[in-house]
Parts: sequence; structure tokens; C-alpha cells
Amino acid sequence: MASFKPTKVQFLPKLGEKVTEDTLYWKNYKSPVQMKEFGAVTKIDFSPLTPHNYAVTASTRIHVYGLHSQEPIRSFTRFRDTAYGGSFRGDGKLLVAGSEEGLIRLFDISGRVALRQFTGHSKAVHVTSFLSDGFRVVSGSDDLTCRVWDVPSAVEISSVTEHTDYIRALAPSKLNPDLFVTGSYDHTVKVFDMRSGSSVMTMQHGHPVECVLLYPSEALLVSTGGRYVKIWDLLKGGQELVSLKNHHKTVTCACLSSVGNKLLTGSLDRHVKVYNSSYKVVHNFDCDASILSMAVAPDDEVLAVGMTNGVLSVRHRKHKKDKETLTSRRRRGPSYRVFVKGKNFMPRQDDFLVSKPVKQYLRKYDKQLKSFEVSKALDTALQTWTRTSKPEVTVAVIIELNRRGTLKNALAGRNEESLTKILNFLLKHIFDPRFSRPLLMVGDIVLDLYRQVLHQSPVVERLLQRLMEVLGREEELQQELLQVLGILDTLFASLTPRKEVASLAALPVDQGPQLQAA
Amino acid sequence: MVEQSDVRVVRCGGSKINFRPPIISTDSRFLLCASGDSVKVYSTRTEEWLHSLQGHTNQVTGIALNPANHLQVYSCSADGTVKLWDFIDGILIKTFIIGHPLFAIYVSEKHEGIVFLHIVMDTESKKEGFQLVAVHLPKSAEQEVEAKELSAVSSQISPNPSCTAFGREGQYIAFARNLQLNVYFFRKQKTYSFSLKATDKKGAKNAFTCIACHPTDDCIATGHEDGKIRLWRNFIHKKEYTYSTQHWHHNAVNTLCFTPEGTNLLSGGIESVLVQWQYGAGNRKEILPRLGGSILHVSTSSDGQLFCTSHSDNKITVIESSFKVCGVIQGLVKGDAVLTDLMIDPRSKALVLNGKPGHLQFYSLLRDKHLYNLDIVQQEYIYEAGLDQFEVVKAAFDRKGFWLATVEERGQKSSDLEFFLKLWAYDESTQSFVLNTTITAAHTDRIISMCFSSSEETTMLVTTAEEGQFKAWCQGVDADTEQDQNFWSCDFVGSYHNLKPTNCSFSADSSLLAVSFQEVITIWSPDTWELLTTLCQPPGVIRDLCFGQLSCSKYLIATTTENLLCCWNLLTCALEWSTSVEVSKLQLDPLSENVAAFSYQSEHTDLFVFKPNEPRPLFSHKNVCSEKIHRAVFVPREEPLNSCDESSQWLNRSQLYFLTQNMDLMTFSTATEEDRLLSSSRRLVIDDSVAVTPFYLLLGKHRQQQQKLDTPSHPAADKPQQPQGSVTITELLHTPAHVLPAASVLCSMFVSSLLISNTGVQDPLRKEMESSEQEMNGEEEDSEEEMEACDSQQELRAQGSVDEVTPKLSKAQERELKRVRKTDFSWMAGLVDSKP
Repeated sequence: MASFKPTKVQFLPKLGEKVTEDTLYWKNYKSPVQMKEFGAVTKIDFSPLTPHNYAVTASTRIHVYGLHSQEPIRSFTRFRDTAYGGSFRGDGKLLVAGSEEGLIRLFDISGRVALRQFTGHSKAVHVTSFLSDGFRVVSGSDDLTCRVWDVPSAVEISSVTEHTDYIRALAPSKLNPDLFVTGSYDHTVKVFDMRSGSSVMTMQHGHPVECVLLYPSEALLVSTGGRYVKIWDLLKGGQELVSLKNHHKTVTCACLSSVGNKLLTGSLDRHVKVYNSSYKVVHNFDCDASILSMAVAPDDEVLAVGMTNGVLSVRHRKHKKDKETLTSRRRRGPSYRVFVKGKNFMPRQDDFLVSKPVKQYLRKYDKQLKSFEVSKALDTALQTWTRTSKPEVTVAVIIELNRRGTLKNALAGRNEESLTKILNFLLKHIFDPRFSRPLLMVGDIVLDLYRQVLHQSPVVERLLQRLMEVLGREEELQQELLQVLGILDTLFASLTPRKEVASLAALPVDQGPQLQAA
Repeated sequence: MVEQSDVRVVRCGGSKINFRPPIISTDSRFLLCASGDSVKVYSTRTEEWLHSLQGHTNQVTGIALNPANHLQVYSCSADGTVKLWDFIDGILIKTFIIGHPLFAIYVSEKHEGIVFLHIVMDTESKKEGFQLVAVHLPKSAEQEVEAKELSAVSSQISPNPSCTAFGREGQYIAFARNLQLNVYFFRKQKTYSFSLKATDKKGAKNAFTCIACHPTDDCIATGHEDGKIRLWRNFIHKKEYTYSTQHWHHNAVNTLCFTPEGTNLLSGGIESVLVQWQYGAGNRKEILPRLGGSILHVSTSSDGQLFCTSHSDNKITVIESSFKVCGVIQGLVKGDAVLTDLMIDPRSKALVLNGKPGHLQFYSLLRDKHLYNLDIVQQEYIYEAGLDQFEVVKAAFDRKGFWLATVEERGQKSSDLEFFLKLWAYDESTQSFVLNTTITAAHTDRIISMCFSSSEETTMLVTTAEEGQFKAWCQGVDADTEQDQNFWSCDFVGSYHNLKPTNCSFSADSSLLAVSFQEVITIWSPDTWELLTTLCQPPGVIRDLCFGQLSCSKYLIATTTENLLCCWNLLTCALEWSTSVEVSKLQLDPLSENVAAFSYQSEHTDLFVFKPNEPRPLFSHKNVCSEKIHRAVFVPREEPLNSCDESSQWLNRSQLYFLTQNMDLMTFSTATEEDRLLSSSRRLVIDDSVAVTPFYLLLGKHRQQQQKLDTPSHPAADKPQQPQGSVTITELLHTPAHVLPAASVLCSMFVSSLLISNTGVQDPLRKEMESSEQEMNGEEEDSEEEMEACDSQQELRAQGSVDEVTPKLSKAQERELKRVRKTDFSWMAGLVDSKP
């Protein structure tokens, strides 16, 4: 005697976004913590040392936050005008920042007052950074110069004027203390070598450069500007590798994740995009305002995003540990041990084995289907919890009833209340392409069955009115879509070269096959 | 024309075992059922097929135990004979020639020496009517007796044999036709008839479908078309009869059966539920649901401990009286139509076709045994007449048997068609196929054909559909995740001028794909999806399509609906040859260049076997059968034959099976093969009447050896030495001392077991089998020895040849010798036994 085969609930993945490992990784952040700063957040920099505090430059202050603190643990407020580009030294003990007035200040991380002040720039300094030996500071300014300063003596070592517009991007090399990359509003990215005292490489970005970034191997260089993100191969003498156009407004910042070196870019269009190693967007974070700055903590623990409205939004990574504590608090009932009790017993060689037949557990609607109680099975499938959180189960039962030829019987003989349930379910799901076919059938049968008595119930009548309206709207939409398809077809036909007329293969199939992994 | 002397068409395996009710022997150990032109004997305990009673020349239409001797069985056949068998030994005792085709047989304890038979009424009236006749079987010592003493009982019987039954102690016989129930009383020699109205107000359908009589009470149970069961009482008086009605079945009741004590009534119908009604307790019943196909017959053993039901899916279920299924005997399932092609599972070499609704069945042709069913649809099948449910309509294996693609369809009749394309991967650990991918909307319209590519590295599936497109499916890397997916996705969609594709085929090395669109064949390169060329030979739509193999791989063969068989040379893209022949099925032999074409002309089918490089047939066989053939398959042989006869050479590497429209599986067999079949038909007869004690085992074996030692010149001496070795030693060590025979007896055995046998190498499996056989039926062995002594003619021939040419035996000869040695002559023993 074969056992009863339960109703098969078809799992149909929603079309569109595909779930990949990358999306899962990047989705695994808690909801952002918002912190209000005094002005637009222009620079965020993580300390390379283990607590991984981060310096946030906004308005006339630089705040240093702890990784999990919501209040600044230190702030540097001795700026008379807007501060820019606060960044840590390689040992995390010193911090350098430029300002609107052209001064560059150097702070000890534990002090308040500037240790050094480098004067010489005649206009605002937007970008400052330590060179990798730690004894020199490089700065780029709106006065078109790039200067290198000696930290111990606070004197200018050299000054280069090669850019023809504001310098707004700077990235020192971590491997060579004499190299740094600058990007400017004159659409160029230049690589400077302090040993020769001039630029050794120039790349044309084509738009005002907002940010430059070196890969850890320093063979690849990322520059952003305009709506473009461009990757350059430095080993090939600055050849353009890829040009990405995934944002629809100026891309203001870029950074690399420390796990797998994924590129992240933030833009004025309020999105942070994550690229995989073949430069396809794998994930997207939405923010409330235009993004000016962004940084990722080592190990991707924290993603901090600064915005024009002065809000700093910080996302922390979820950990398994957190989840477990949550669930353990919630869980009640018997433990896992109870269920496996005796199941993992290994019989010895000469033991006599009495096997107990495994009991088949069936869902309630399956039990009812097994005993041919079709109406009850439909009722069970239409219970509030099932129909709201698992509509596919409800639809699976409807399909099964139809296959058995008893859908009409199951729908017949219902009162106003249960009919309302069915109609509400139809209203909600009839346009879901996964469900529309069986649900349209249900609608037909309901109309057939209750045509005579519909006018007796105003509630049902109103629901049917609504159903008719939405159906009409959907029909119009479909028609428009078909028209668009027709237009596209003619376009493609005129584009395809004559000899390849036979193979329409290049066309994407819009009713793409719905796949289901078993 | 080629001589066709030794190739002939034979029916092979998988015949119906549900044609007539099975019967259980009185001791409940054997189950007998009519199957094709033989009666098969199964063991009820192990469900193994023991042997078959062969001798009829036409369909066996009924079997009944001889009421006088419970070890004998009557069988009647459409060839007009009734045969009496000893079913345990499989011996034909007597043949009674009746002279009319027979359709059912009934016996009763009261009427000894008389059998009741259904025969077709004499054909003077055009309407074919059935007649129930009583035949007195003459007592005589001869083997073949003519029984001409027919006396008609009634001519108002239905052709359905379950509409006739004997009443209490054989006092009356009840038979029904349409709306009339007749009871014939033997003592009064009178027929009473009772009739029902065709319908009543509630729309009941009152036609009788089956009948059963209570064994101890005057009560007749009748089943009706609308599922009602009526219990008739008091029918001894013509007017004052009464009946009560019980209704559970919602479709026609197919069968009714009282248990031997009469306490319960069993009924079964299309629902596939066995219902047990308590007799005299109104509506009290037990049910046993989901037994398989709809129930056709129910029968009980004479002690009432076992029931067996036979089902429409060619299955017999053995059920204990506690309503627990204890055994299933499954034959080759042949529904109304085989929708899938006949296929061969490349791994198990089993024949694969759709069987049970929603399943694919794997059937071993070699052993004529059903291996297993693979559930494709995975839905509860509702046994209800006229319900449209999912059916497996297409299936395909890839070359190595690692992937299986299936298409299931629902709604052939109605307008909204539902179908799924499923891909199954072979799982090594479970040794079966596991669902990998389900594609719900593979095409927008019905899938017409599909095939796998056969290249080594990648597997690709191509499907063609009625909407005018073909799609290629691959299991491969997803561009977005850059991970190896293990499921399948669409790789390419192609079409040709919006024409409807008809068939598709990959070349042998998978470098080319041919897709036929109506009259045009398009050749594609699967690597670049470039349309390479088109071939066309109007008129007529392309039907079958296949590439040549091996040395003929440059040819492409196609058949059209307009009776044309074309062969293109793919190097020149020109038509090589074409011939006008109506081909209904074109089948390629995967192991050779040969192509078989079944052609249907003027009411009969011919077979042509040819190589693509020449239009002359290699072999032809006229009038294979009278029906059109749509399904055929080449089955690779286990070991190739080495027949050098020109006409049968094409069968050397594989065997051609085909399915007729009557769902008969046929094959072509050659003379050499028949020899082999004979040798391999050695069967395992389990005789469990003798308790198998270790003592018995040892003694029995000892006795055999003694015989062998006594007669060293006996032909049996060249039988391989009985495999002992470790078996003997373990027996010796593990048997308690008090049951062991004397040490002197054991000693010689023990020593001989240590000697290395000089009969050459045998594979260990074979040894194992033989040794187990020895243990199981030591007694059988005795008769075998005897038989071998009597039948020395054949053996001597073998012996002689051994003596003459021992030093220079070729491999083939050696094999031939071995075969002769293993030949079973137990049937001879039967003859010898029955003579005195």
C-alpha cells in the first residue's frame, strides 16, 4: 500500500534580483545607526589600530567615534573654518586635517591642541594624508598645488603645481613612501614621485575627479568623477581597464572592503553600490541623502556613510552570536535532545532489530484531502496565517483541488464570510504572475456559482466591483506592455543584420523560464 | 533478397498477468496466474517467479484448481484445449481438446469430472454471443483426449467471466448479463431470472458487473456499474426474492469475492480500494486504500488467510487477512498507450517506458522482471474515471545514464495545457534518479521532441515545441554568481522562419545539431549556435531524423510523411540517395552503423535494416506483424554474439525490440541466441517442504559427491567441481557437534575442499550461486543426476567432442562447451517420473 503523497507546494522564485553569496554577505548588516553631525560629513577615516576608531570630519570639527559607541569619544574643535580630510597616520596615533582657510593641522590622538600647523597653502585644503613612512604629510589644495610637509620640523619639503584645477582627491601609496596619486577637477589623475619631484603618470578621467583609490596591490587605481567610476591598470602605464556607469549622479567616494577587496562606491544619488571582482553590481544600499563620504572598517565590521544633511549612518555587521542569544531567549518547548533520543543508537551485530514504521506527518489540509474533504481542505488553506504569510500553500491546495476536479465542489455552498475571505485573497494575489492562472480560474468558478445570489450581499458585491476595477487596470497595462514589445521587436528586427535573420537567439526571452532548484 | 532462415520474431516477456483472476494453491504457498500463452507460478512468500506451465498455443483464458486433487490445475485457452497440470513440478498431465475457442473455466466440487466453459456461440447469428457449456471430461489414460460431450447450460451470459459464479455446494450457478440475473438450479434443471430497471429516478446505473455467491448461505452478491452492491436472498422462489443494497464504491464494482467461511465479502473497483464488508452486519466495513491501479480481480486462498488482488497496472498484490499487504508481484506495466519512446537505461540496461500513471518503469528484459518505478509526477493519483491527470509523455537519457529528462503533461483534452520539464540526476549512493530541476514554463506550447547531446564534457538538452522554437538547456555557470550551479537553465532559443519544429537530433560526437522544421532540416553548431546549413527534400514533413554512427557519421537520414527515406551526405550537403518507402519508425543501433526502419504497407509491417552508406538493405523481414509499429529500441547485448551468418550479423551486438499497437513486446531472435536462452533458463525451484538443517546440507552434499566418485566416467564428472573451500570449513566449524555426521564421513570432504579444483577458473559469483542452489535443493540434484544419466545422448556428444579435440579448443568452442554443460534437462526428469 503506497503512502499518501502530500500536496506539492511549488516554490517559484520571484523574478528579478538573484540571490547570490555576495548579496547575502552584504545584506547581513543591522539597520543603520544615525548620528547627527553639525554639517555635511566630508571625510570618514578608520584608524588602522585594533579598536578601529574612526574620525569623522564634518563642519568645523573632527569627531573620533569608537566602533560601537554612539557618542564621540574625542573631538577636535580648534578649527576656525570648515575642516577637511581628517586622516590617521599608519600607526593610528596622529591625525592630520586640512581646512577652508588653508591651514593644515596635525593632532595627537590623545590631545586636543594641534601639535603642528603647516602654513603655506593660499586656498582651502580639501585633502591631506600621511605618506607611508609616517614622517611626511602630503596635501592637495584649491590653489592648484600639492605640497609635501616634514612632520618633525613642520616645513614644506616640496610643492608641485601640475594640476590646472582644484585638487579634490589624494591617495598615498602604502608600499612606496615617495608615491602618491592625486585627482583634480581638471579631469586628470596624476601619479607623483617625490624622488623626481614631478608627476610620472597622467590619466584622463574625463570628468572632475572626486576620489581616487589604490588597490592594496597598487596595480589598480580607481578614480571616480561625474557618473563614472574608472579602473586603471598602473602596471600597463595607466591603461583604462573598465569604466563603470552605475550611478545616475556624481560618484563622490569609493572604498574597498577588506574581505575580498570588493569595491564600494557612494554617490549623490543616495546609493552605495557594491561591485564584485568582475565589476558587476551585486548589492545596493539606499541612504536618505546624497552621500559625500564612506568608509568600511577592517573585516567589514562597520560601514559608515556620511551624507550632505550632516547625518552619519553607521551599519554594524550581524553576527551569528547575536542571533543565537535572541532565539535562545525566545525558544520554549522540548529541546533537540528530546527528538533525537534513541534515534542515534547504533545496534550491535547480533542485536535483533525491530523496526517501527516511520509515521508520516501530514499537514492539516493534506489530511483533509486524504479523506476527500475538499471544502474543509480549502478552508484550512485559507486560514489567516497561511493565506497571508504563505500564499503559495493556499494556491498549491487550489491547484491540487483543480487537478482532482473538485474545485467547484470546494467553492460551492459558502456563506458571505468565507466568500469574502476568498475574494480578498483573489484581490491581493490575482496579479502575481506566479498565481494568476489558478486564481483566475477560482474567480470564474465563484462568479458561475454565486451569480444568482450575489446581489443579496453588499459586501461581496463591493469586493467584486473592486476586483473588476483592478482587472480592468491590469488589462490596460498588459496591452501597453504588448505595444512596447511590438515596438522593441521592430527595433531589433531593423538592427539585426540580414544574414542572421534566422537566429533570433540574441533576443532575451522576456517570459523567462522560471527555474526551480529541486 | 536475403535469406531469412534463422531470424524470427518472438514474443518476449512482460505479458499480462492481470488478465484473469489469480488463484492461490490450497497450501497458500503458490500463486498461479494466466499470462500470455502460459500459466505462471509464483511463490506467495517471496514473490519470486518459480516457473511457468507452457504448452498452450494461444492466450490462456482461465485457470481453476482441480477440486478432486489440490495439486492439479485446469487451464483453458483460446486455442480450444483444456489442460490439466501438476503445477508444483510443472508437468502437463492431460490435454482435453474441445475444439472451440474457450474464454473462461469454472469448476465445482459437486460436479466432479465436469468443467464449465465459456465458448463463443456458433456464428450463424451474426451477433457474437457467449455460451456457457458443461463438458464432461472423459477418463482415459491417454495424454490427449478429445472431449466432445458439450451440453449447453445457458446462452444468456455476459462475456465478462466475473459475471458467472457457482452457488452453495455447487447446487446452482448464477450468471448475469446486462440487467438480468439468472440462476440455474442443477437439481430442478430450471433457470430463474430476475431483472432490474436500467435506471431509476436518482440516475442509478443498474447493469451487472460481477457476481459472487456465498459459500454456505443462499445469497448472491452482485456488483453494479454505479458502485452499488446488492445481496440477493430467497431467490429459490421466483417471485418472493429480496435484495439489500450496500453502496460505497463511486465507480463500477469490478470484482466481488466471499471469503471461504463466508464471513466477509471483498469488493474492489476503479478506486483501487479493497473493501471488506462483514457479512450480515449491514454497512460495517474495512478499507485498504491506495493499492495501485484499479482492482480487476480479487481472490482468496482456501483457508482464508491470504487475499490477492490483480490490478490494471499489471500487478498482483498479496494481502494477509489482517489487511496488510505482504507481497507485490509486478509485471511490465502497459497502459492504454505507451507515450514515451522505448528507451534503454545506459547503466542498468533496463527497458524504460511509462508504466504506472505518473511513473517511469524500469524493466529488466534479460530477467523479464520489473525492477522499479520512478515517481516522476510526485502527486497523489486519484483513481476516478475520466479525470485528467499528469502523465509522463516524454523521457530521454543522456549517453552515460547520468541525466534523465522527463516531460509530464496534463490537459491533453481540454484547452489549457499544463506541462513540466524535469531533469533528474543519477545518485550513486541511492542508485536511483533524484530530481534536480523542475522547469515550469519551458515552452509556451507542447514539447514535441527532445534529445541530449552525447559529448563527453558537457551535457546539453534540446527541446522543440509546437510554438516554433527549440531551446537548449545547460547545466552550467551562472554569470551573476560565478558559481557552478547544479541546476539547469536555458542556454539558447532558436527558431527558423516561425515554422513548427518536428524533431531534433545530435550527431554522434555532438558537434552538430539537426532540427527539422516541417520540410526543412536545419543544421546548427551547438558551440556557436550558428545556423550552418539547411537541407530540404520536398514534399512531405520530416518525421524521423537521425545521424549515422561510426564509419557512417557523415550521413544524415530522415523520413518524411510522404513516404520518402532520404540520406544526405553532410560533407557535400547533397542528397546521397533517397527511396520511396513508408517508414513508421526509424531506429538507430547505438553500437553499429545499422539503422532499422519499420515500414507499414498494405496492412502489414516490414522491417528493413540498412547502413546509411548504401541504399540496399542489409536485411529485410516481410510481414513482421499486422499493425503499425511506432516504438522500437535496440538493446545492447551483455556479450556480443559471434554469429557469422550474414542475415543475423546485424543482431550480433544488440537486439531489436519493438512494441505493437496491441502492446505486445516483440523481438527478433537468432538461432544461436535461442540455444543460449535454453541454457540460461536454469531456474531456482525453492522446495521448502524439506527442512534445511545443517545435517541435511552436509549429508546431501556428501551423497552427491559419493555418486560422482562412484561414476568417474559419468558425464557429470566434467561438471565443475562443487565449490567448497571455505564454505565447507565454516559449516564444519559452525555446526554444533551433535548434529554433525561421523568424522570419517567428513574427513574426505574436508580434504577435498582443501584441494585446488582443476576445472579452471570460474567467476566467484557463479560459484556462490551454485553453492546456494546446492544448499537449497539438494534433493533436486538427485533427480538431475538421474536425468543426466538417462539423457546421455546430448551429453555424450559434448563428451565426445571434448575427448577428440581437447588440446586445440578455440575460445568460442570452449564457450559452447560450457553452455552445453550448464544446460538444464530437468524437464526430461519430469517425463521420466511421470511415465510409470
